[in-house]
Amino acid sequence: MADVSPSLLVFAPVALFTVAGAAGVAFSRNLVYAAFSLLACFAGMVGLFGILGADFLAIVQLMVYVGGILVLILFAVMMTNKISEVRRSNPATNLVLGGTLLITLLLVLFGVIFGFDWQTRPPGPAVPTADLIGEAFLGPYLLPFEIAGFMLLAALLAAVVVARKEIKDEEEPVKREGGAA
Amino acid sequence: MSLGLPHFLTVSALLFALGFFTVLTRKNAVAILMGVEIIINAANLNFVAFARYGAFANTLAGNVIPVFGIMVAAAEAAVGLAIVLSIFHNWRSIDTEVITSLRE
Repeated sequence: MADVSPSLLVFAPVALFTVAGAAGVAFSRNLVYAAFSLLACFAGMVGLFGILGADFLAIVQLMVYVGGILVLILFAVMMTNKISEVRRSNPATNLVLGGTLLITLLLVLFGVIFGFDWQTRPPGPAVPTADLIGEAFLGPYLLPFEIAGFMLLAALLAAVVVARKEIKDEEEPVKREGGAA
Repeated sequence: MSLGLPHFLTVSALLFALGFFTVLTRKNAVAILMGVEIIINAANLNFVAFARYGAFANTLAGNVIPVFGIMVAAAEAAVGLAIVLSIFHNWRSIDTEVITSLRE
């Protein structure tokens, strides 16, 4: 027990950072703080992927989550909240019920994790995965890859269509914006 | 005690539970979407952890499927936030206890 391997020493702070970020999202009263806690959570996930030897996934996580989704979420936070009410922008409800479910879920999950006899193997040396994943995408996983690309295109178009301002009735949006200012 | 599968499963379980708690308790629609992102991250972490430590795991598949998970998360974030913006235009609020109807 006294022998703490180096990778555990690396893992513990990264895992703590990730979980602390998620806890910040779950418990923060301020939506902007929650968004930046999400940044900590995603950055910690990059580290965890790195420890697991998934170098390609770590980079994808960094680019898509930290570079894309988080910026999108921050834009949504900025566009949907008035600055004056940003301090109480993230109200909570059903805390007792949610807390009960949180504890119950954790108990069940930990019961499964530590009660089940997982068939594990000692991990081999970490190899670069980018070229293997690239070949897999153009080989056995070609169809899911194409479908995913098509889905992303459809999602992008749908996002533009849903988020755009209505052009056909011009009077009402102008009135609403005047009312909000 | 060296690093093993249960460590990563523990982190994943904590992430999933915290994301679930976020989805359940937040009133702000953007915060709920943040919770969904955390849940997807927890699932991806499990895939990669089993790919590295599972005795019968296909390491390559365990590294490929999270990429699809990340794609789904990106599409979900784009469409979800577009819907949130659209709701905000119509309701001047994204409080899920105020938004009670899908039409004006």
